[in-house]
Amino acid sequence: MLDPDTLPDSFRASTFIGFRTLFYKEVQRFWKVNFQTVAAPVLNALLFLLIFSHVLARRVTVYGDVPYTAFLVPGLIMMSLLQNAFANSSSSLIQSKITGNIIFVLLPPLSCRVFYAAYVLAAVLRGLFVAIGVWLVSAFFIDLPLAKPAWVFAFGILGGALLATFGVIAGIWAEKFDQLAAFQNFLIMPLTMLSGVFYSIHSLPALWQKISHANPFFFMIDGFRYGFFGQSDTSPWLSLAVVGFCFVVLAAVTLMLLSRGYKLRG
Amino acid sequence: MPFSTPAIRIAAVTKRYGNLQALGGVDLEIARGEFFGLLGPNGAGKTTLISALAGLVRADGGTLEVMGHDVVTDFYSARLKLGVVPQELVFDPFFTVREILRFQSGYYGIYGNDDWIDEILSRLDLLSRADTNMRTLSGGMKRRVLVAQALVHRPPVIVLDEPTAGVDVELRQGLWQFVKQLNADGHTVVLTTHYLEEAEALCGRIAMMKAGRIVALDTTANLLSHFSSRSLRVQVERLDVAESLGGEVSGDWVIFGFDPTSGAEMLETLLARLREAGAGVRGVSVGEPDLEQVFMEVMRRA
Repeated sequence: MLDPDTLPDSFRASTFIGFRTLFYKEVQRFWKVNFQTVAAPVLNALLFLLIFSHVLARRVTVYGDVPYTAFLVPGLIMMSLLQNAFANSSSSLIQSKITGNIIFVLLPPLSCRVFYAAYVLAAVLRGLFVAIGVWLVSAFFIDLPLAKPAWVFAFGILGGALLATFGVIAGIWAEKFDQLAAFQNFLIMPLTMLSGVFYSIHSLPALWQKISHANPFFFMIDGFRYGFFGQSDTSPWLSLAVVGFCFVVLAAVTLMLLSRGYKLRG
Repeated sequence: MPFSTPAIRIAAVTKRYGNLQALGGVDLEIARGEFFGLLGPNGAGKTTLISALAGLVRADGGTLEVMGHDVVTDFYSARLKLGVVPQELVFDPFFTVREILRFQSGYYGIYGNDDWIDEILSRLDLLSRADTNMRTLSGGMKRRVLVAQALVHRPPVIVLDEPTAGVDVELRQGLWQFVKQLNADGHTVVLTTHYLEEAEALCGRIAMMKAGRIVALDTTANLLSHFSSRSLRVQVERLDVAESLGGEVSGDWVIFGFDPTSGAEMLETLLARLREAGAGVRGVSVGEPDLEQVFMEVMRRA
C-alpha cells in the first residue's frame, strides 16, 4: 500500500523532483547520442565557416572594419543553437508519440508547466552545448571579440527557449516524421538562412531589408551578434523586445495546448 | 476521506470519436481491495475507459474518481494513487531498466527509490537485467518492466490492460502470482484480458462491456450461475434419435444444455426420454459452466 514515508513532504517538493527528473531524462536522451546531437552540428557549422570564409574573407568587411569570418561566427553559433534547440524538443516528443512511450510522462502527475519547462530547458541546454562547441573550435582560427557578454547570454537563452518552445508545438502537432521535417525544412531553415547569419542586412536592397524585419530570426541573430561586436543592424533593445514578445506568445500558446491535452490526451 | 470511498468511481462517462460512441454513459464503482475484471470484445470501450481513468483521454461527460480524487480537477492525487500497465508493449530505447524505473519514480515525485525498485525487480525476476538496455530485452521481460513501472510509486489501485497478451504460459503464471499477492496486500486490481479463464480464476467481480456500455456487472459466481447452463454430454448408439430430442451432435456425442438450478431432476428426465426413444445411452458426462459461455451469452443478448 501507499507508504507516506516514501513520498515527499509537500506538493512543491514533489513537483520539483518531477521537473528535475524529466529535465534530466531529456538531457540524458540527447547526451547518450552526443555524437549525433552535439558533435555533428558543431562540425556542420564549422564546414559553413570554412567554405564561406574561404570564399568571402578577403572581399568583405562588415560594420566598417570587422572581418567577414569574425562577423560570420556569431551568426553560425546562434544558428546552431536555434536549430538544435528546436530539433531536441520536437524530435524527442515525436519519437515518444510514435513509439508510444509518451505514456510514461502522461500517466504521472506532472503539470503542464513542469512538462513544458523540462522539455524547453533540456532543449536550450543542447543548443548551448552545440553553440559553445562551435565557439570553442572557431576560437582556434578566428579572433572573436566579446564586447557585451550579457547580451550574448540573454539572446542565447531567450532565442534557444523560443525555438525550443516552437519545437514543443511542432512535436505535439506533428503525427509523422515528415510533418516535422516539413516544419524544419520549409520554416526553420529558410527563416534562419534569410535572417542575416551570412550577411549584414545593410548589404540588402531596401525592400529585402524591410522584409528581414518581419523575420524574428533576424532579431535573434542581430541581438546575439551585438553582444560580440557592440554593433548591430538594429537596436539590441528592439531585438530583445521582439524576441521576448515572440517567446511569451509562443510559451502561452504551448501551455494552452498542453493544458487542453491537444494531440496528447485524446 | 471516509474509508467507504470506492477505489474507483465512474459516473455517466461518455466519449465520442467522430461518429463512434466509444463510451455511452458508463457507471461503475469498484470497492477497495477488489480484484475486478473488465471484459469485452475488441472495440467495446475497455481501453478508452481505462485511458479516461488514467487521464490519457479526456471524457466528453461524466466524472471519474480514483480513491475519491477526480481525475481532472484533482489529477495530482488521482494519478498518484493509480498505476497503469498499458496494453501496448512500449518502451524507451535510450535507457536501462533501472534508469527507466528511477525516472518513473521521479515523475511521481519520489527520490531515492532504489530499495523499492530492487524489490519490484526481484519479485518480477528482473534483478539480473536491471542494467540492461530496454532494447535488448525479450517481449516478456519488457512486459514485466511495464508492470514494474506501474508500481514504482506504490499505487493503491492498479489497472492492467491485457497484461498477458502474447506472453508465454510460464511468465503468465508468474505474473498472476505476483498480481494476486499485490491484491492480497490490499491493492485494488482492475484487469482487462481476452483470456477468460484467467478472469474467471482471478476476479471476484466482473463487468462486461459492449459498444461503449456495461452490459453485465456482477460477481463472477453470480454471472456463472445466471447466464450459463451446464451441459449434459451423452454418448449414444443412435445419434439421429438423440438429435431429434433437441441435442446438438458433436462427434460421437450429443450435447444437451440444461438449467443448473433445475438440479438432478432434469437430468433424470432427459435420460429417461433418451432410453424410451431407443437412443441407446452408452456414456454420460456433465460439463461445468465457464465464463466463456457466460461471455458469449451476454454478448448475444446485449
